[in-house]
Amino acid sequence: MASSARPLATSKRLVKQVLGRGDYAIISEIVPPGAKVLDLGCGEGELLEWLADNKKVDGRGIEISSALVRRAIARGVSAYQGDINEGLADYPDKAFDYVILSQTLQQTLKPLRVLKEMLRVGHGIIVAFPNFGHWRVRVSHLVSGRAPKTTLFPYDWHESPNIHFLTVDDFEILCQSQKWKIERRFFLSGSRRMQALPNLMAEIAVYLVQGG
Amino acid sequence: MIVETKFAQFDSLTLDCGVTLSHVDVAYETYGELNRDKSNAVLIEHAFTGDAHAAGIDKETGKPGWWDNMIGPAKAFDTDKYFVVCANVLGGCRGTIGPSSIDPVTGKPYAMTFPMVTLSDMVRLQKQLVEHLGIRRLLGVAGGSMGGMQALEWAVRYPEAVASAFPIAATARHTAQQIAFNEVGRQAIMADPDWNGGNYYGLQPPARGLSVARMVGHITYMSDESMREKFGRRLRIKDGPAFAFDDEFEVESYLRHRGRQFVDRFDANSYLYITKAMDVFDIANGYHSLAEALGKTQSRFLVISFTSDWLYPSYQSLEIVNALRRANRDVAYCELNSNYGHDAFLVEVEEQTELIRGFLARVYREAAA
Repeated sequence: MASSARPLATSKRLVKQVLGRGDYAIISEIVPPGAKVLDLGCGEGELLEWLADNKKVDGRGIEISSALVRRAIARGVSAYQGDINEGLADYPDKAFDYVILSQTLQQTLKPLRVLKEMLRVGHGIIVAFPNFGHWRVRVSHLVSGRAPKTTLFPYDWHESPNIHFLTVDDFEILCQSQKWKIERRFFLSGSRRMQALPNLMAEIAVYLVQGG
Repeated sequence: MIVETKFAQFDSLTLDCGVTLSHVDVAYETYGELNRDKSNAVLIEHAFTGDAHAAGIDKETGKPGWWDNMIGPAKAFDTDKYFVVCANVLGGCRGTIGPSSIDPVTGKPYAMTFPMVTLSDMVRLQKQLVEHLGIRRLLGVAGGSMGGMQALEWAVRYPEAVASAFPIAATARHTAQQIAFNEVGRQAIMADPDWNGGNYYGLQPPARGLSVARMVGHITYMSDESMREKFGRRLRIKDGPAFAFDDEFEVESYLRHRGRQFVDRFDANSYLYITKAMDVFDIANGYHSLAEALGKTQSRFLVISFTSDWLYPSYQSLEIVNALRRANRDVAYCELNSNYGHDAFLVEVEEQTELIRGFLARVYREAAA
C-alpha cells in the first residue's frame, strides 16, 4: 500500500462533480493511492471506477442487483454479484486495505455480523450511514406521530429498504463496546462538512474504523 | 468481413499421456490487426463442436462464424481495437490434427490409434500457435462451455501470458451428470455397427449413432422453457396423432434434422476424444484445492453464467468465482437472465457485449498504462 498523499483541491472538486455524493468525496479522500479496496453494495461501480482511474486503487465490489453489477462490470470494475450478508465469507483475513460500506449498513440483516466480517477481511473499514438522530427525523416523527419521512429517509415504512435505524451516537457506542478504534470521523449536512452536535445536525456520518 | 481459415504446422507436440505427435497441423483464423507492441491479442476458444471460423463470412462457404455476433468491428470483441485469434482444438476434425488426420507412420487415418488428448494438451498447442504469431502475452482468453474451461486452463498454466480470462457458462470440472450425458453420446456412436471400432474412414460413417449423440446434446443445450416456446406440443401434420413413429412432433423433426446436419460436419471419433477430454478435465488436478489451482493465476477474470443453463449451471461458475475470491484474485461475476439454457452464451449478445466490451477495454487501458 502506497503512502497517503494529500489530494489536490481540484481532484476533490472533481470527485464531487463525478460522484455527487458527499460521502464518496470523503471516502476518496481517506483511501490512499494504490490501496486495495472492497466496496460492499458497490452499485454501478462509480466510486471504484473513480478510485481506479484517479488513485490507481485495486478495487473489488459486491452488489446484489444483477442490473447494477452489469453496469459496474461494463465500467471495467471487478464487481461480484452476491449478498453482503454472506458474500464476505470467502475472502481471506486482511485481504483488503479498506472495506467500504456506503449507506448500506441500515439495510443489512445483521449489521454487527457484517461489520465484524468487514474488520476481518479489511485492515480498516469505512462506514457511511444516514443519521437517524438528525433533528428533521426527530421532528417528523414527533409532529406526524408516524414513521419518519425526510429527504434522507424518503420511504413509506412498508417500502423502505432500511431495516435497522441507527444514529451517530449509536455507532459510537457500538465501537466503544466492541473495542474498535475510530480513526477518523466525518459529518455531513447536505454536501457540507460540519462538526457541531453531529448526533442532532449530521445527515450523513462517515467513519474510518479499525479492529481492536 | 470476408475471412479465410489459415494453417500452421508444428514439428511436434508432447501430450499429457506421454505420446509425442509429429506434423501437428492447426487450423486458425484471425480478425483485426496485431498492434506494434503485440499487446492487443485476444484468443477465442470454441466450444465442443465449434471450429476456427468464429467470425466474419467464410470465403468459400459464405457462412458466418459461430460467434460472429460477438466478434467484429464495434462488437464485444472489437476487431477495430483488438487482434482476435481462434483455432480449432486438438483432436478436432476441422483442420487441426485429430483422429481423422493421416498418421504419417502408416499413411492411414489415426482413427482409434490417435492418442488420448486433454484440454491441457489443447491449450499447450494453442500456446505454440500464439507464440508462432509473435504474441507473448494475450490481452484476453475467452470462450463459452468447453471454451471457458480452456480459458481457465490458460490462466492457470500460463499466468504471465494471460491479462484477462473470460470463462462463460463453464465449469472447473465436469459433474457426474455432465459426464453421464457425454457417455450416452459416446455409447450411441460406439453402438452403431458402422462405427466399426473407429475404422470407418472411406466407408459408411456411424451416422445414426452420431446423430443420436447430437440429439441428446441438443436437449442439454436448451431449457425446458425454450423448448416449450420453440416447439410446445405442436405437430407437423394437421390431423394427429398419426399412430406411427414418424417425426410428427416438431421437436422430433427438429432434433432429427440437427442430428443429420451434424453428421455432415463432424467426425464421430473426434466426438469420442473431445468429450473424454472434457470429462477428464479438472482444473484442480495436481493441487490441494480449487483455490490453490486458481491462486496460480495473475489474470483479471470475468465469469458469466446464465439462469436457465442446467448443463453448466450457475453454481459451477460460482465455484470458480468463490475459489478465486478465496485465493484473493481479481474476479467479476454476473449471472445473466436468459431462457435459452446453455445455448445462451451464443444467443444473448446484447448483455454479454455490454459486459465484455467495457471490461476488456479497461484491461487494455491498464495494460497500456
